[in-house]
Amino acid sequence: MHFFEFSEEQKMLRKAIREFVESEVAPLASEWDEKDVCPGDVFKKLGELGVNGIFVPERYGGAGLGHVERAICLEEISRHSAGLGMTIMTHHLGIYPILQYGSDEQKDNYLPYLCSGAKICGLAVTEPGGGSDFSGQKTLAEKADTGWIVNGRKCFITNSHNADVTVFTAKTGEDEKGRNKLSAFIVERGAKGFEPGRKEHKLGLRASVTGDLVFADAKLSDAALLGKEGGGSRIGMEGISEIGRGGMSAIAVGILRGCLEEAIKFANERIVYGKPIAKLQAIQFEIAKIRTSYEAARLLTYYAASLKDAALPCANEVATAKLYSTEASVEAAKRTMDLMGGYGVINEYAVGRFLRDALTSIPSGGTSHIHQIVIAGGTLKDFQA
Amino acid sequence: MPYNVAVCIKPVPDPKYYDRITIDPQRKTIVRSGIPTMINPVDKNAVEAAMQLRERFGGYVAAISMAPPDAREILREVLAMGADAAYLLSDRAFGGADTLATSYTLYKGLKKIELERGLPFDFVFCGCESADGATAQVSSQLGEWLAFPHLWNVFSIESVSPDSSGGRESFKLRTKIENGFMEWVGRTPLVLGVSREMNKPRFTSVMGIMKAKNKPLTVWGLADFAEDDGHGMDSGLIGLSGSPTQPGEIFTPDLKRSGETLTGTPEEIVERIFAVMRSNGVSLVFEP
Repeated sequence: MHFFEFSEEQKMLRKAIREFVESEVAPLASEWDEKDVCPGDVFKKLGELGVNGIFVPERYGGAGLGHVERAICLEEISRHSAGLGMTIMTHHLGIYPILQYGSDEQKDNYLPYLCSGAKICGLAVTEPGGGSDFSGQKTLAEKADTGWIVNGRKCFITNSHNADVTVFTAKTGEDEKGRNKLSAFIVERGAKGFEPGRKEHKLGLRASVTGDLVFADAKLSDAALLGKEGGGSRIGMEGISEIGRGGMSAIAVGILRGCLEEAIKFANERIVYGKPIAKLQAIQFEIAKIRTSYEAARLLTYYAASLKDAALPCANEVATAKLYSTEASVEAAKRTMDLMGGYGVINEYAVGRFLRDALTSIPSGGTSHIHQIVIAGGTLKDFQA
Repeated sequence: MPYNVAVCIKPVPDPKYYDRITIDPQRKTIVRSGIPTMINPVDKNAVEAAMQLRERFGGYVAAISMAPPDAREILREVLAMGADAAYLLSDRAFGGADTLATSYTLYKGLKKIELERGLPFDFVFCGCESADGATAQVSSQLGEWLAFPHLWNVFSIESVSPDSSGGRESFKLRTKIENGFMEWVGRTPLVLGVSREMNKPRFTSVMGIMKAKNKPLTVWGLADFAEDDGHGMDSGLIGLSGSPTQPGEIFTPDLKRSGETLTGTPEEIVERIFAVMRSNGVSLVFEP
């Protein structure tokens, strides 16, 4: 038995998603990037294929698979459009807490149409004060006679303007030491006092929408509370550290794959001195480096996802995978660009977009510095005498 | 009324690997080993046509293929697209078949499925031609073996009305011809060679892949076609021995050209080139 091998069904899944992506995503990816639009129709079709609820049990309308399968889908989508990958990955990030912490009613209420492709989900945690200062959130949810009144602003939120359902965290009080107690809520598009604010103009991942969400005396019912009051830190952190970072890692693997394929295609087609540049060792070195980082990123990413599927602790493994894969994708895109010479900076080629997408994947789900802090923290604990 | 539908599937070499294809100079057949295969693209249109028919009228869809054992993977994909069952006819004895021997083998396979299920097929869909051989013969030959009416290059199928005499529904069918189309009315059973314009094949869904795991995929070899059930195979009609098609010489044409260096003034050289071209029949009269 190989140390790492996909099952027959997983291979079929990859093939099926690849066929879909090559037909419905690849021809339009560059246009979405240029126009900075998220393709809602393709999102819907992915829902019909089962991608949007890939890890959600069948009883809620999902495909009943796991996080390895999710990573396969994200890799294949991001091979051509990391931006669309980002939209799907964030949709999963919003779905996950509903599935893990939602009441039966909330699950029955939201999951079927979030899985089918009819509606888009998102998760809003980050605030102008920073995303990594998780407990310093200022968005305030105050208990009213009935329900909650929410005030505050979330920023850098993916699917901000196109999500129908958003899971968000807000301060609902302080503990005895004066630390913020956070709770998670579900808010639907159109709720009174809740609306998207500024839409960001991003460098990359542009087939996904990023922007602000504004709560101005937003009134939410008691049923909007997700999980226990005060349980928001755990809900938010688990989602981000396992689903968000795991997803970003898979997106970066897709970018790496895209770079590898672009580099090989170009190296075989470009004739210099009467032969394809793929015959030149200087070019082969670059291809070898891209291949090596792709394989390494893939192993880290799928290994971390398999831990998640086995319900084992995986935050540190996911962080390792995300740190490596996203950094490697930037480097691979740069190498591919170098390999292509002048063509590399012409926008008709996808590699420039890959580089912008790769760079944008770094701060998503926590910067590389934050990841190093997480990894170091876990490592020092693991190796404690 | 629900229909029993068969779809014939051929695994063909993936076009991405065409550069790796070689031709066996002795057997004069394509050497496919080691080259990844895929479902013949237009066969997916045939599967889609069968799916749409089942969605509209109900019924059963079986996929059938005559191919090496690794075609299981291809048939699993058809099951994931929605077929109810798949049958693979695989035996060394079937190897080297031309279209006639292939269609005979498929015919025997279809008859065996009918026998086992106790239900005759109403429709047999094929892709109109394969991406590798492109003879476009199998669907018509299959119609002849089965003694079913058959049409080729069908791009539209529409039910007309139930036939009062036999209770069978009539279908309005359109086939592509060079400058238009022909319209036909057919009654089941029918063998239809489906064209690419017929529909847009559905994508395989994740749920379809999971369901395919539990759907039956039967593999039959020559030994499974016993004489005593009346559907034994005539060994003279299968494989290489059942194939009357004999390819002629296979060779790489010599594309070498001989060159001649012309000397003289540019005018003299141009005159000389024109003279050679004229003597070879190239018209050099320019009409405004």
